[in-house]
Amino acid sequence: MIQVVSRPEWRAREYRREQIFQLVGALIVLFALTTLVVLLTKILLDGFARLNPEFFTSFPSRRASQAGVLPALVGSAYLLLLTAAIAIPVGVGAAIYLEEFAKRNWFTRVVEINITNLAGVPSVIYGLLGLQVFVRTLHMERSLLAGACTMALLALPVIITAAREGLRTVPKSLRYGSLALGATQWQTVRYTVLPVAMPSILTGVILALSRVVGETAPLLVVGAVVYISKLPDSLFSSFTVLPVQIYNWTTRPQHAFQENAAAGIIVLLALLLTMNALAIYLRNRYQKRLPI
Amino acid sequence: MPNNAPATEVGAAYSRAVVQIGVSSRNRKRVRLEERLVRAFLFLCALLGVLTTLAIVFILFTESLSFFERVSVVEFLTGTVWTPTFANKSFGVLPLVTGTLLTSLIAMLVAGPVGLLTAVYLSEYASPRVRRVVKPTLEVLAGVPTVVYGYFALTFLTPLLQRFIPGLEGFNALSAGLVMGIMILPTIASLSEDALYAVPNSLRYASLALGATRFQTVWGVVVPAAMSGVSASFLLGVSRAVGETMIVAIAAGQQPNFTFNPLRAVETMTAYIVRITMGDTPHGSLEYRTIFAVGLLLFLITLVLNLASEAIRQRYKGARV
Repeated sequence: MIQVVSRPEWRAREYRREQIFQLVGALIVLFALTTLVVLLTKILLDGFARLNPEFFTSFPSRRASQAGVLPALVGSAYLLLLTAAIAIPVGVGAAIYLEEFAKRNWFTRVVEINITNLAGVPSVIYGLLGLQVFVRTLHMERSLLAGACTMALLALPVIITAAREGLRTVPKSLRYGSLALGATQWQTVRYTVLPVAMPSILTGVILALSRVVGETAPLLVVGAVVYISKLPDSLFSSFTVLPVQIYNWTTRPQHAFQENAAAGIIVLLALLLTMNALAIYLRNRYQKRLPI
Repeated sequence: MPNNAPATEVGAAYSRAVVQIGVSSRNRKRVRLEERLVRAFLFLCALLGVLTTLAIVFILFTESLSFFERVSVVEFLTGTVWTPTFANKSFGVLPLVTGTLLTSLIAMLVAGPVGLLTAVYLSEYASPRVRRVVKPTLEVLAGVPTVVYGYFALTFLTPLLQRFIPGLEGFNALSAGLVMGIMILPTIASLSEDALYAVPNSLRYASLALGATRFQTVWGVVVPAAMSGVSASFLLGVSRAVGETMIVAIAAGQQPNFTFNPLRAVETMTAYIVRITMGDTPHGSLEYRTIFAVGLLLFLITLVLNLASEAIRQRYKGARV
């Protein structure tokens, strides 16, 4: 509880405590910074030497020095595009429904609570879901499509939340204006709300998708293969992605493979950085142009 | 009007919309049909989330049910030996549970205090300049893929700790837990900071006016007032630690030891699921079904934690001072 300080020795003690806490706080904050710097330095030191052109154009190999990330990189790109193609329409659609169409009733509440909870389900459980629904029941086998469907379900709650926030930035007056001109609700959304909300929706969606790129566990469960000898050429090809390749190299006992893992991590982080930079660029570029 | 571009843009959008709204009754019918179809599609999109949850619950329960026909629930929940892939099978899930608890506990011992102190420092002490550096740092830490943390734990932290702790195994709960703590630190720090930020300034002023120091104000008034938000963030942190897979799969080893010794290798529920699905366990066998039973247990634990966190947050939203 609060002590009212009156005696001088108490005051001195309180002053010291204040000073100590300031110091502790600063140290703690430094802790986060230091960790990040150490993490990045360690990875750069381990992997930088392996980053030559052949690393980007080679397939995985039993010899660490000849192994490369080509199929993993291509697989990650395909998986990202496919996941985006599934998750963006559905996610933005669900957001539009909840923000623009739904009445405040029990069903809407159930949907909302449900989305919050889905966001908290461990990703490995989505892997089990994908394994049973897409791989087994729908006979997609261990394919790119099964992986993308699983990742789309995983990304959905995040995309819906991001898109709803984007829609909420659009002022009500624009909607009233459009409706007053006789436009239907969908026409209002399509021609007035969406164009204005699009940049902030896109920003949120890109951030959500950047999680998909870094996700490993559900894809291991759904069956991204670890050793691959050709690039995926259809929706039903087997595939691998960067994080799975990194996992595989990390768990090999030979040190040379761990260097490969570090180099793979540099590629992965560069990819994520690009996506985040794109999101920030979009946000800054269009933020100022929001009317009213 | 501050800027003309958006106004004309919106204007153009309106005229497109207006052109679309036909006057003829055929056109009106078409518009009405489109409206109905779109609404149905959007509704289905929203429904998909509910279907996902139902599918998760259905799959976990049905597959577990056929597992529990062969193995009793009591044996599953109280057994201390977990060897489903051995010739001499035993299905006691406790080693996986203690493995999960141990790594999560270590993670929380890091992320709890450090997260709360970071939040307090950022919200009550830090200058805007410090905030501008620290907040993005936390965001970057939150965005690092977990497989990268796993690599860091295995190849950096474990060798480092082995210099100071002689008995530390190559795979161990300690370094996996510590790195997991760093992973959930941003979650706890940013949610706790939101809670502290929501405490009205009038409380701070009142406390300071009574002669309390800043330290006393922060720990005697502000933190207690934000306690529900802070505890909600802790619960969410635990839930994320329990559900985390890659760090523990890489750095904690994959041996289901029934132990609370952080220096030894352990296996968590998540790591077990990954190990079995990556191996060539035949589909439909009893071993294969274990992953769904373990998945169900994992799902229920995280669900309870998430619901509790959400309930606390809702209550605190209502009871704003």
